[in-house]
Amino acid sequence: MYKILDKVDYSDDVYMQVIEAPAVARAARAGQFVILRIHEEGERIPLTIADFDREKGTVTIVVQAVGKSTRHLQTLSGGETLANFIGPLGLPSEIENFGTVIMAGGGVGVAPIYPIARELKDAGNKVISILAARTKHLLLWEDKMRDISDEVIVTTDDGSYGRKCLVTEPLKELCEAGGVDLVYAIGPGIMMKFCCKTTEPLGVRTLVSLNSIMVDGTGMCGACRVSVGGETKFVCVEGPEFDGHQVDFDELMSRQRQYLEQEKIANDLYLECRGDAQCLA
Amino acid sequence: MPGVNKDKGAKKPKKTSIPRTPIPEQDAKKRAGNFDEVALGYNRDQALIEASRCLQCKKPKCVAGCPVNIDIPQFIKALEEDDPAAAIAILKQKTSFPAVCGRVCPQEDQCEKLCILGRKHEPVAIGRLERYAADWEAAQGEAAKPGIAAGKGKKVGVVGSGPAGLTCAGELAKQGYDVTIYEALHKPGGVLVYGIPEFRLPKQIVQRECDYVESLGVEIRLDHVIGRTMTVDEMLENGHDAVFIANGAGLPMFMNIPGENFNGVYSANEFLTRANLMKSYRFPDYDTPIKIGKRVAVIGGGNVAMDAARTALRLGAQVHLVYRRSMDELPARREEVHHAQEEGIEFHLLTNPVRIIGDQEGWVEEIEVIKMELGEPDLSGRRRPVPVEGSETRIPVDVVIMAIGTRANPLLTQSTKNLELNKWGNIVADEHTLATSKEGVFAGGDIVTGAATVILAMGAGKIAARSIDRYLRGQPLLTPEEEEEIRAASDKAAAASK
Ligand SMILES: Cc1cc2nc3c(=O)[nH]c(=O)nc-3n(C[C@H](O)[C@H](O)[C@H](O)COP(=O)(O)OP(=O)(O)OC[C@H]3O[C@@H](n4cnc5c(N)ncnc54)[C@H](O)[C@@H]3O)c2cc1C
Ligand code: SF4
Ligand code: FES
Repeated sequence: MYKILDKVDYSDDVYMQVIEAPAVARAARAGQFVILRIHEEGERIPLTIADFDREKGTVTIVVQAVGKSTRHLQTLSGGETLANFIGPLGLPSEIENFGTVIMAGGGVGVAPIYPIARELKDAGNKVISILAARTKHLLLWEDKMRDISDEVIVTTDDGSYGRKCLVTEPLKELCEAGGVDLVYAIGPGIMMKFCCKTTEPLGVRTLVSLNSIMVDGTGMCGACRVSVGGETKFVCVEGPEFDGHQVDFDELMSRQRQYLEQEKIANDLYLECRGDAQCLA
Repeated sequence: MPGVNKDKGAKKPKKTSIPRTPIPEQDAKKRAGNFDEVALGYNRDQALIEASRCLQCKKPKCVAGCPVNIDIPQFIKALEEDDPAAAIAILKQKTSFPAVCGRVCPQEDQCEKLCILGRKHEPVAIGRLERYAADWEAAQGEAAKPGIAAGKGKKVGVVGSGPAGLTCAGELAKQGYDVTIYEALHKPGGVLVYGIPEFRLPKQIVQRECDYVESLGVEIRLDHVIGRTMTVDEMLENGHDAVFIANGAGLPMFMNIPGENFNGVYSANEFLTRANLMKSYRFPDYDTPIKIGKRVAVIGGGNVAMDAARTALRLGAQVHLVYRRSMDELPARREEVHHAQEEGIEFHLLTNPVRIIGDQEGWVEEIEVIKMELGEPDLSGRRRPVPVEGSETRIPVDVVIMAIGTRANPLLTQSTKNLELNKWGNIVADEHTLATSKEGVFAGGDIVTGAATVILAMGAGKIAARSIDRYLRGQPLLTPEEEEEIRAASDKAAAASK
């Protein structure tokens, strides 16, 4: 059993949880992910590590509730427990002094970008962060990102805060201006795809962190496979970070939709019952 | 030996006239729609009759066919005398989990294949008798616990809770070592829990065996991925005096044909893990979804392919098994092939997939296959299948399951310093001691041999436990007598090959 120490709702469907998991926290590094299971009948949910504290033995996750399990998870608050919490999984980010890096985070993608940005900053990079959200109140971790960035650009789709544009606009301007050594883009598949489309013709190396469907997270099942540079890769062991210019995003996004039908069944049942055990049974 | 056979047969004519006792099974039509166990097991009368068929050979061939040399005639004799407690004690000298072995060992290729009775008649049903003894024990409540030696003050770490890891851990705990198993998944049992389906090996049996190992004092730490949560080197630095690596061979292979990443294409590992470990056959009571499919193609001909096919069938699909060689080469157990056919799985033999065709949305629609014919024998001695040009056809399917084998998972091995691997990525371990190139580290089971069998993994667990005990006592890993035996055996083998 793993204890949830804290829970903060950022919006109706986005929340943060701090989990007590000393073994995971001890080994965790930026760029890695965890898999958790809420209860004995639960599915294994992969989530990128948003922060960790080795001393306190805690790992922080930021989650967008999309299906039954992530909705259920949101109802759990400090003091409650999770059945399983496994990690850290995947390969850590490569941290070195690249020069100038752009950290582009879309939606909840800002959270996993935070620990990578922090380490890149510590390694001596100039960090320019682009934080993108649909609207102002959905913007995450602006203060935390300001603390570790040399420059922060905020964009919202509706112009309620920062620039009214997509993340790709400032990304393009910065890359065109030159002097950008590396771009990190983390967020929904479509956002990462268009970030890569923006940087590719400009020849700026771009890393993405892929959130494919997973089961074990240790290379045993192949559920997470995706085509990178024409080769099949297992995201959970060879990733989650890849050269974005090589990733087949259309395949990734199509594979992410594999269980929409079943997810809807589970979700409808969950909403109808609102967690009432008898009703669910 | 034919002389011996004749003598025995002459002295005990009655025994040979008793036919092999069939095992009661769930009706094929009924079981195709449920996940309950197919074979139901002998009752007492059936077990007594079957046990009485054994000739009690002076030089039993069966024992040589058993990878762990169970004293087969002795345990059968105990059963014939209606003393299952004695039978189970004899079995447990060599196998830790007879309830598992009795169900899943390929006896027809091992003990039963060599059974002397089998030369003229049908062999004794050794596996079914083993299962009978084990099930009898389970029905008595808690298993008799062996004596546990006084604490040795040494700590051993075991990676993986499959049959190899569980066996080694249990053996060492009995000898007074402080043993912790580190398991990546959220349930212990390895392939027994995530791979082999409920209808062949009820998970309750696996759980019982894990509980038994824990009752010996072994701690099973789940959710620990060695190589990520902790490395083998860290285990050694943090107080483990020795480590046994038994992490299996679980990296699924694909065919590298076009269309393999379409939605609806699974590795057998994924399909079976969803169904068994995650219990998605009970979705939405259990949260993990599975694409059931109306028409499913399973590619491959081993036990894993049969398990995947029969699982898909039970979920409600019409199942096509596609195998590139003929029935004679099909590596799965005969019994399972027979079960699969009875249940209505359609076999496409001498047929190989060429590509998978998908629709606009990225879902599998069809699989294109080509006819094969058998050519010259290859390195394995089996005739190599070669495609018949222009014989391509298509099978409309919405799910494809690849069951063409697994390789060593590099996650742990790559993170371990000074661990010698062979060219396929399997750990190199001494055949007789299971010592690796790394001081204090032993390895066994599928990670050393490549995908093999439950009983071989258990055997490896026993050998590793023996070696680790000697290592921690500062003794040589082999006694002079054992060294002599090994030398004699290899001399004999060398002479034979000349
Ligand atoms: C579907 C299927 C059907 C089969 N049917 C039969 C049969 O009928 N008869 C038969 O004899 N054999 C059968 N086999 C083969 C048999 O199951 C294996 O040979 C046997 O289980 C190998 O045992 P093992 O202990 O070496 O490894 P495994 O059983 O594979 O166990 C390894 C364990 O280690 C864990 N692990 C892996 N990596 C790590 C890590 N880095 N850190 C911590 N833990 C880790 C895994 O999660 C797993 O639990 C079958 C195999 C499959 C897949
Ligand atoms: S099982 Fe077969 S080979 Fe073994 S002792 Fe009995 S008759 Fe002989
Ligand atoms: S999630 Fe199973 S192999 Fe990656």
